[in-house]
Amino acid sequence: MLLIPCPHCGPRIQEEFAYERSADSVVRLDDAPDVAMTALFSRANLRGEEAEIWVHAQGCGQWLRLTRDRMSHAIRSVEPL
Amino acid sequence: MGAGRYSALSLLRGALGGHRHWGRAWRAGEPRGPYDVIVIGGGGHGLATAYYLAKDHGIRRVAVIEKGWIGGGNTGRNTTIVRSNYRQPQLQRLLEYSLKLWHGLSDELNYNVMFSPRGALFLGHSDADMARLAERGDALIAMGIDADLIDRDAVARLVPLFDMGRDARWPIEGGLIQRRGGTARHDAVAWGFARAADNLGVDIIENCEVTGFLREGNRVTGVRTTRGDIAAGRTGICVAGNSGHVAGLAGLKLPIESHTLQAWVTEPVKPMIDTVVMSQTLHCYFSQSDKGGIVGGGDPDFFPSYAQRGAPIRLEDSIAQAISLVPALSRLRMVRSWAGVTDMSFDGSPIIGETPLDGLYLNGGWCYGGFKATPGSGRLYAHLLATGQSHPIAAPFDLARFAQGRTIDEAGAGPMPQNR
Ligand SMILES: Cc1cc2nc3c(=O)[nH]c(=O)nc-3n(C[C@H](O)[C@H](O)[C@H](O)COP(=O)(O)OP(=O)(O)OC[C@H]3O[C@@H](n4cnc5c(N)ncnc54)[C@H](O)[C@@H]3O)c2cc1C
Repeated sequence: MLLIPCPHCGPRIQEEFAYERSADSVVRLDDAPDVAMTALFSRANLRGEEAEIWVHAQGCGQWLRLTRDRMSHAIRSVEPL
Repeated sequence: MGAGRYSALSLLRGALGGHRHWGRAWRAGEPRGPYDVIVIGGGGHGLATAYYLAKDHGIRRVAVIEKGWIGGGNTGRNTTIVRSNYRQPQLQRLLEYSLKLWHGLSDELNYNVMFSPRGALFLGHSDADMARLAERGDALIAMGIDADLIDRDAVARLVPLFDMGRDARWPIEGGLIQRRGGTARHDAVAWGFARAADNLGVDIIENCEVTGFLREGNRVTGVRTTRGDIAAGRTGICVAGNSGHVAGLAGLKLPIESHTLQAWVTEPVKPMIDTVVMSQTLHCYFSQSDKGGIVGGGDPDFFPSYAQRGAPIRLEDSIAQAISLVPALSRLRMVRSWAGVTDMSFDGSPIIGETPLDGLYLNGGWCYGGFKATPGSGRLYAHLLATGQSHPIAAPFDLARFAQGRTIDEAGAGPMPQNR
């Protein structure tokens, strides 16, 4: 189980948070269609560290950028978005 | 190659000799390329692919390359439910094709895969659930797939240990059962396909991890492995939870994210539940293994991970729901829980098709439901790898469907793996 250090609330259990998507796959309103399609449907899905977007859904509601190792589950950094 | 054909007679002979004559069921393969086809991944799907390449297409220079031991991935971790009662017609065709193969598989392989068509029951907990199940049943029957909508009393007769009280936490109003569905013995499926493929000359090479691809321009000409480079005419990725990682070695990004799915098993007890119980309103399912343990599971962990271990909270959710359905389960001790890495695709359906690289093919994205597809997936993938053309049943599941807006989204959840 992850213990996520929310910049606003301090360390809280993973269950309070919801994963949204990897940070490199945000779709912007003015993206060209092929760029938007890539962001929607392709992922590096690394067996290692990736930056991800999470939200502290059951806490302060803050959107977060989490850099996390998907193999060891170690969290390197958490920043507000 | 093993002890020849298995039969009642060979068992009897074994009994007389103290069962000391049984040999290896397949050779420990050594890389001896070049191969016509290399299949990466010695799970059920990869081994079935190799078997059907040799059996249906007469291609004998085939290798299965497995980084650990065969069946040590999701094949050996799944809860073994086999059924074909899906909603989308493309999935119905694919999984019914596979279910028909399950029904003759032990004979086909001369290996007891312990396929047990004990019925797969979806529970309905409300009028709305029952309307949904009726609609699904009609769609299935129109496709020629068996589906029986059964009422409360029939459900109570099927599983007398259900809490049928009106004040139950999840009242049971009825169900939809696929009587031809059931379970199979997961290890036996891997071993049966391995033995049968080996008998046809396929090399099964364990402890050999693919670490890269051999390339000539846009063409993949083989694999780099921890046991050296191996050349192949065609290469098929078939690595389940590692699809993203292995495709990444070829520079590809897939519509797949790897998530954790857990399962649990209780101590073995006498027969108490003789059908597969599932509830899609809750997120819980369970069945009783032939050994007697109640095997169950629920939701995935909802975030990407390759760790093969999960959070206790998800286990607690599914176990609490199972106990609310069958209160007697609360008296059993849980003996084990474990996790697998599932390749969650972005429409919830598998991908079987070519990749942007020549000579490289992909079979993955089976999410948390690919065990039931093992024989069908292998046979259709073999067709693709042998002919370069997709079989009509597999054709809708190509990789290009995402860019072309042809997703097959059973859950209607959009490109968000954590929402299915
Ligand atoms: C807990 C759990 C419960 C499930 N329950 C069900 C169920 O009830 N019904 C159902 O239909 N499905 C279920 N599934 C899904 C099902 O298990 C999978 O979809 C299916 O097993 C995947 O195909 P496979 O058998 O070929 O995968 P695997 O057995 O995982 O095979 C892939 C193989 O590839 C190997 N590999 C990976 N990377 C490399 C590399 N670089 N080089 C060489 N080899 C490599 C792995 O070691 C592995 O052996 C469940 C999954 C889990 C985790």
